[in-house]
Amino acid sequence: MTSIFVVLIIAMAVIAIAQLSRIHQLSNNLRGKREEDISDTSNKVNAFLMLSSMFVYFGFVIWQMVVWGPYMLPEAASEHGKDIDQLFAVNWFILLTVFFGVHVLLFYFPFKYYRRKGTKAYYFTHDNKLEFIWTIVPSVTLAGIIIFGLITWNKIQKTEDENPLRIELYAKQFDWTARYTGSDNEMGNANYLLVSGSNPLGIMTKQTINEKLDEYAADIAKLQASLANVMPDHKREEVEDKIAVYERFVARIMDFNNTKRNLNAGLDDQLVKGEMHLPIGKEVEFFIRSQDVIHSAFMPHFRMQMNAVPGEITRFVMKPTITTEEMRIKMDDPDFNYILLCNKICGSAHYNMQMDVIVESQAEYDQWMSEQKVFIAESGNTENSKENKIAEL
Amino acid sequence: MSNVAEAHAHAHHEHHETFVSKYIFSMDHKMIARQFLITAVIMGVVGMMLSIMFRLQLGWDGESFALLNTLLGDKWAPNGVLDKNMYMSLVTIHGTIMVFFVLTGGLSGTFSNLLIPLQIGARDMASGFLNMLSYWFFFVSSIIMLLSLFLEGGAASGGWTIYPPLSALPQAMPGSGAGMTWWLISMALFVISSLLGSLNYIVTILNLRTKGMKMTRLPLTIWAFLVTAIIGVLSFPVLLSAVVLLIMDRTMGTAFYLSDIIIAGEVLEATGGSPILYEHLFWFLGHPEVYIVLIPALGITSEVISTSSRKPIFGYRAMIGSICAIGFLSFIVWGHHMFVSGMSPFLGSVFVFTTLLIAIPSAVKAFNYLTTLWRGNIVFTPAMLFSIGLVSTFVSGGLTGIILADSALDITVHDTYFVVGHFHIVMGMSAIFGMFAGVYHWFPKLFGRMMNTKLGYVHFWLTIISGYGVFFPMHFLGLAGAPRRYYSYSDYPMFENMVDLNQFVTIFAILGGLAQLILLYNFFYSAMYGQKAVQNPWKSNTLEWTTPVEHIHGNWPGAIPEVKRWPYDYSKPGFEEDFVPQTVPLGPDEEEH
Ligand code: HEM
Ligand SMILES: [Cu+2]
Ligand SMILES: [Cu+2]
Repeated sequence: MTSIFVVLIIAMAVIAIAQLSRIHQLSNNLRGKREEDISDTSNKVNAFLMLSSMFVYFGFVIWQMVVWGPYMLPEAASEHGKDIDQLFAVNWFILLTVFFGVHVLLFYFPFKYYRRKGTKAYYFTHDNKLEFIWTIVPSVTLAGIIIFGLITWNKIQKTEDENPLRIELYAKQFDWTARYTGSDNEMGNANYLLVSGSNPLGIMTKQTINEKLDEYAADIAKLQASLANVMPDHKREEVEDKIAVYERFVARIMDFNNTKRNLNAGLDDQLVKGEMHLPIGKEVEFFIRSQDVIHSAFMPHFRMQMNAVPGEITRFVMKPTITTEEMRIKMDDPDFNYILLCNKICGSAHYNMQMDVIVESQAEYDQWMSEQKVFIAESGNTENSKENKIAEL
Repeated sequence: MSNVAEAHAHAHHEHHETFVSKYIFSMDHKMIARQFLITAVIMGVVGMMLSIMFRLQLGWDGESFALLNTLLGDKWAPNGVLDKNMYMSLVTIHGTIMVFFVLTGGLSGTFSNLLIPLQIGARDMASGFLNMLSYWFFFVSSIIMLLSLFLEGGAASGGWTIYPPLSALPQAMPGSGAGMTWWLISMALFVISSLLGSLNYIVTILNLRTKGMKMTRLPLTIWAFLVTAIIGVLSFPVLLSAVVLLIMDRTMGTAFYLSDIIIAGEVLEATGGSPILYEHLFWFLGHPEVYIVLIPALGITSEVISTSSRKPIFGYRAMIGSICAIGFLSFIVWGHHMFVSGMSPFLGSVFVFTTLLIAIPSAVKAFNYLTTLWRGNIVFTPAMLFSIGLVSTFVSGGLTGIILADSALDITVHDTYFVVGHFHIVMGMSAIFGMFAGVYHWFPKLFGRMMNTKLGYVHFWLTIISGYGVFFPMHFLGLAGAPRRYYSYSDYPMFENMVDLNQFVTIFAILGGLAQLILLYNFFYSAMYGQKAVQNPWKSNTLEWTTPVEHIHGNWPGAIPEVKRWPYDYSKPGFEEDFVPQTVPLGPDEEEH
């Protein structure tokens, strides 16, 4: 149906263009008229169109608000989100006033002052008072916008809770993993050099460090053994380079043991994929990391967005205020779910890197949490449990 | 040297002119302007076609279009469905072409070249040779960018901002391989072209003004080109450094932008670099760049609105002041692209403040345009229509910019379609309208012929309708939370209701594309067969209309005219005609303005 519509439009437009150029050719022959002499009729028609475009444009804007307005994001589901929405409301009020006001003048003046025979324009080069007014009025308005904006911005940054729920959001092409801290509410250290099949986030524990060292020792031994074989020089160089790289990795990993880091904090961490649960009314501090390229943790319903930058840990604090159940009722949509999207171009499947977010009562949350495996138990059979999780969805 | 002798020397030159030196390796600014314009028109057509191709996918996700298969082949559009990697390449190259090749190279290259010597009263650019080089760097750069679309792995596909590590690691996506290499080479050449051009514009404006052409008598177009060129000279080198560091990360194992990465199963050694460094460097150019695109359009509009209202531009000095203020401020706002990059919130506050300051000079400009229209004697030439359209889009797009500048609000709309709507209304409409206005207004200077006015009207009305039809709804998409640079939204129940909106946008995009056929027809037909122009068709005051219609080397056959007054004496009381060219001496007790 829609394709037919498109084809029709194209056909009509093509015919229109062909007709127009025919008319143009004909009139070219007939007239001794010059292109720059705009006839009074043409001028009037355009002046009239200018005035009409005011109604058409305003009508279009209002039509869109009516038709698409209902599909905008629902009210913010987080504490700071309410402040943002309030700031939005104030800004929209000011901006729409200016938008309509300026456009009334912009479309009315060309209509009112189109060329009349025998008249001359009013020679008016400048007027300091007028110009002063329209420098000051926008300045004052903007000062208001700036102050209100910065107050909100600073308010958002403040954390209330001394001991918020800590969650790590770990991004890689093309999925998210959430890490909960377990009973100690302390996030174990992590490093990308420790990432392995059984340790997808590179959590630092005695065991993961040793496993990785063993793995590299084995790899290096294998490579060194291969050097005994006959091989072309460039191949040999390649292998030697690889050994050198692995040795540098080993040195860096050894260092993890020597630091004063708490290597036990990670033991009870819990990893989940596909679905993240949050308790209602509890402040959550997100730590956001990436394994490969820049991603962005975007949860539009909570007015939350923060980039995941490889080599860095970024932070965002927010407190959910509406449970999934309540939001389903508000939106009259039993299938509604909050969502975490990736909002920084990150590769071919950037468009599909999502995770559901469930906000629920503390009791429900505790129940869910107790069903999640702790990291130490998980190591060794992560692959399995991951697949189960995905299959469940 | 006396002007007459100079003219003589030029006349002498003409004897040696061959086809190659006249049409290809020309050093004449008018010919170079035409070369820039025609190249930009071709790039614009390509950019437009790319956008329609990926809009088809966005409107009808996964549906088969024979057209796509014909254009892209089985590899990139199997069964007529656009491949997701190709989608990314198309978006990236579309953005790159439109911003850099059409609106930077095309807009400044055409109109700075054409108008600077003609409006300030100079025989040519300060260095014709560098000017020629500037075009040829631009040309080669364009060719490389276009050819990159045909590479095995597809063209660059990390978005026009090419953030590393995505752009630094060939394993990260197909377009980050050879496609990215070609993109970087093309952009490096482009930067050189832009620098050569800008330096030339600055030197020419500062040194080669004719007698009496004080800075306070310069047409606003020239002021705009001057500020644009200065911004370009100060910011493009920073992009070049960003690009060079990226090339080193890609090829020499450095780690300026890389840290702690595992990509496609490979553990990289790099540690300690920061992609945020790239973002700072990129946006240090990137933000001024949007003004490089917009300021010349505003300059052109000032000229056209004044001429066609038969009324002086209101607040000439305030216009100069606001252009300079915008130019200056554009350098200290780049961080507003990075509010959610993890940058310090305090730094964020600073950028909120500086960014919102830009709204003040912008508001002054908008009000001055309005007052210029007020009590005018308005003639609706196609150029005038596009200029009024520019003011409308400048206001519409500028206001949504205020939302984006507010860091707290940007958390919600950053990188969503709201941004796409915002910057298309400012660049894809405002700046493009300025360029169209320039083409219609100075076509007689460019090609010695007139464009068809009626077709110009149709072109304008269809373009503004389809432009708003395409870009306005995108704000709603963004406010519904739809991220940009997504190949498909079908996997998200929350965007189910937006399918209609996306189809609406695509239909208007096709309509808008077709409307440009009218322009193309009018442009090429008129350039060859259009009505022969008279010397001063718009009854304009500026110096370019004192040159003969036929292009000659050195621009004026005799002495260069002297300038006696500012360029905006339209409808001045005490004169019979409603315009007083800049060459007319001030009367005994006439005030300048
Ligand atoms: C028919 C006209 C046009 C249509 C339908 C169109 C549509 C689009 C769309 C849908 C995107 C993708 C946005 C995203 O996913 O990030 C895009 C990107 C872009 N467009 Fe256009 N556009 C048009 C004309 C223009 C013009 C005239 C300009 C000139 C400034 C322009 C500049 C850009 C830029 C800079 C990007 C960003 C590319 C990127 O994200 O890498 N577009 N356009
Ligand atoms: Cu991602
Ligand atoms: Cu900016």
